[in-house]
Amino acid sequence: MATEILMPALSPTMEEGTLAKWLVKEGDEVKSGDILAEIETDKATMEFEAVDEGTVGKILIDEGTEGVKVNTPIAVMVEEGERAEDIDTSASKDSAPADDTSDKDTDTAKPMSAQPAAAMPEPEPVEDPEVPEGTEMKTQTVREALRDAMAEEMRGDDTVFLMGEEVAEYQGAYKVSQGLLDEFGAKRVIDTPITEHGFTGVATGAAMGGLRPIVEFMTWNFAMQAIDQIINTAAKTRYMSGGQMSVPVVFRGANGAAARVGAQHSQDYAAWYAQIPGLHVAMPYSAADAKGLLKTAIRGDTPVVFLENELLYGQSFEVPDLDDYTVPFGKARIWQKGDDVTLVSFGIGMKYALEAAEKLAEDGISAEVIDLRTLRPMDTKTVIESVKKTNRCVTVEEGWPVSSIGGTISSVLMQQAFDYLDAPVITCTGKDVPMPYAANLEKHALVTTDEVIEAVKTVTYK
Amino acid sequence: MPAAKSPKKPNTSKEELLKYYREMLLIRRFEEKAGQLYGMGLIGGFCHLYIGQEAVVVGLEAAASEGDKRVTSYRDHGHMLACGMDPKGVMAELTGREGGYSKGKGGSMHMFSTEKHFYGGHGIVGAQVPIGAGLAFADRYLETGGVTFTYFGDGAANQGQVYETYNMAELWDLPVVFVIENNQYAMGTSVQRSTKSPSLWERGAAYGIEGEEVDGMDVLAVKAAGEKAVKHCRAGKGPYILEMKTYRYRGHSMSDPAKYRTREEVQKIREERDAIEHVRELLLQGKHAGEDELKAIDKETKDIVNAAAEFARESPEPSLDELWTEIYA
Repeated sequence: MATEILMPALSPTMEEGTLAKWLVKEGDEVKSGDILAEIETDKATMEFEAVDEGTVGKILIDEGTEGVKVNTPIAVMVEEGERAEDIDTSASKDSAPADDTSDKDTDTAKPMSAQPAAAMPEPEPVEDPEVPEGTEMKTQTVREALRDAMAEEMRGDDTVFLMGEEVAEYQGAYKVSQGLLDEFGAKRVIDTPITEHGFTGVATGAAMGGLRPIVEFMTWNFAMQAIDQIINTAAKTRYMSGGQMSVPVVFRGANGAAARVGAQHSQDYAAWYAQIPGLHVAMPYSAADAKGLLKTAIRGDTPVVFLENELLYGQSFEVPDLDDYTVPFGKARIWQKGDDVTLVSFGIGMKYALEAAEKLAEDGISAEVIDLRTLRPMDTKTVIESVKKTNRCVTVEEGWPVSSIGGTISSVLMQQAFDYLDAPVITCTGKDVPMPYAANLEKHALVTTDEVIEAVKTVTYK
Repeated sequence: MPAAKSPKKPNTSKEELLKYYREMLLIRRFEEKAGQLYGMGLIGGFCHLYIGQEAVVVGLEAAASEGDKRVTSYRDHGHMLACGMDPKGVMAELTGREGGYSKGKGGSMHMFSTEKHFYGGHGIVGAQVPIGAGLAFADRYLETGGVTFTYFGDGAANQGQVYETYNMAELWDLPVVFVIENNQYAMGTSVQRSTKSPSLWERGAAYGIEGEEVDGMDVLAVKAAGEKAVKHCRAGKGPYILEMKTYRYRGHSMSDPAKYRTREEVQKIREERDAIEHVRELLLQGKHAGEDELKAIDKETKDIVNAAAEFARESPEPSLDELWTEIYA
């Protein structure tokens, strides 16, 4: 009985990858454990092993093919007596991203579907005062933008260094620090032991001693071990010292839910750190903001909590092709103008806000979408000005509902724009539960686009 | 408490002994005055006195060079005075006044001095240990040749981050002297009730860190050990641990009922092992100084402390604008 070999997922968040190399050819006999192929994603290269013994009947996807979606059949294994030609693979070809790279089909040169699997709605930003008119743009992933921000700042200032688990030789657990060890060497790109509490304190002390550390937490969940140093030392030392001491340190890493990693690895810390005076807190959505905000963070003399998102790392955006692109803290970005409702979000919450706005437009509801970009300082002025126009507001975030960022915005609007509100503010948040593992439960534990649409319809009385 | 180790006729000069005498006496008189002001309601909150432990900081400061750094816990008044910070500024911080080192915003536990390379003043037990290693990390990175003295108590020695820090400090050869001020009691819990480890410094061996136990009531022994540790660090050999066997005469903080030890235990150490008395005897026995000269020093010291107390009472409270300043760069 012939069996199809499917494109494997190398991580919980992988949706597509490159079939880099076949290590077997049609007709080869393989046994369990033999390496069949090398698969690459933007994070890693992995060897893909055979699970069963048999003969490679037919290779369906040629090596070098990019954008092969997870679970696409890539080869067929046959048993003794079977012939590859007898196997009907037409069904699988429908979902295969490409027929054959020898084919001159132009589609094969780029990702297979016009809409990449995990694409986010990406309307042109309406306002971006930091970018001069006529600036060239280049397409970059958030991951590349973050790396470039670090590399540029490290080139400009010898006291900037990166430390964290797997940042150097492994090239970053999520490949954000790819290439930095090669360029800057082991003195400035430092692998730490698994010691969050300790190395956070060491970095904080190094900042007090005249350096500009960037600390990568593999994820912010692990920074719970170190939260005392972040809050009690980094955030408070300037004040406690009567302004004598600076702690110019940036703490960065993946924040929030990824995919199917359970309760202890899926938590949004936006509201936690946004409460702390003495910290700056950034949570970018786009690659351009990730780059510009990180450069600002590294240069500043205030400790910064920089909340990234694993699911956004691989997303591509247009980034201004400037020598020194920075984004100021405390300035929201209006992603799209609208008249009927103000949608306020940040980080990956923007995905839901923009998707909802797109669908609402089909129903004739015009949403203004604001990306806060930084939560401390928070640009409530832009939100208030928008609400004065739309008279309605819905906030969107993945974090929990109690003491949420949305709750803060809601309170600010009630105190400063009460007379402009035609409906109570609705805060769309993650559900008030630990993150479950089951796929269907996880989806519901997070905020959903439908909930945002529903909330907008409620506040617009539609 | 180990037996005194210092030889009867130490290899030291009159000037050196007088310097130690002055510095230790300043700390003791300052702390006594702080205790008084606390009783009068001029100092609030927590106030942890250093009385009894003076030889540790004075001996180690004698082993330090210009540019070396120090960081400690909340029992920090002695460390600040020993590294040359102004008693007026320290006392005015205790009273929460504008003239304090942190303009009244830090208090007893949170003072700093960029000028004297004093990095606090930390209120979370053990949190200063990775901070100290981080300061040493900066020195190594910037190749300054500096050494950081990182002080912590026997209580902090049971915190996990201390051992995370030991591991990294040795891994990266950081020039840090870990000074365990073992005053026998973590608040009200004696060392014997906290651990079965026979000694605290030996725990460094698990990470490859050398160290030794030192008679922390003998300023000369402290200084000698400090010099050895500093030499080790400056030679690029990584960290070094000094476990100072010392004793705190006063309570953990001002509100300590002291039920965990007997009055006799405290009295015995004061009488037999007092660090200041020890140097006083060396000065008198060695005929380096007469009673009159020492009395004059006592008076000078009292005058300094009284002036500091006066300044701390007279200095105005910080302006209300200070509430909102120095949170951000």
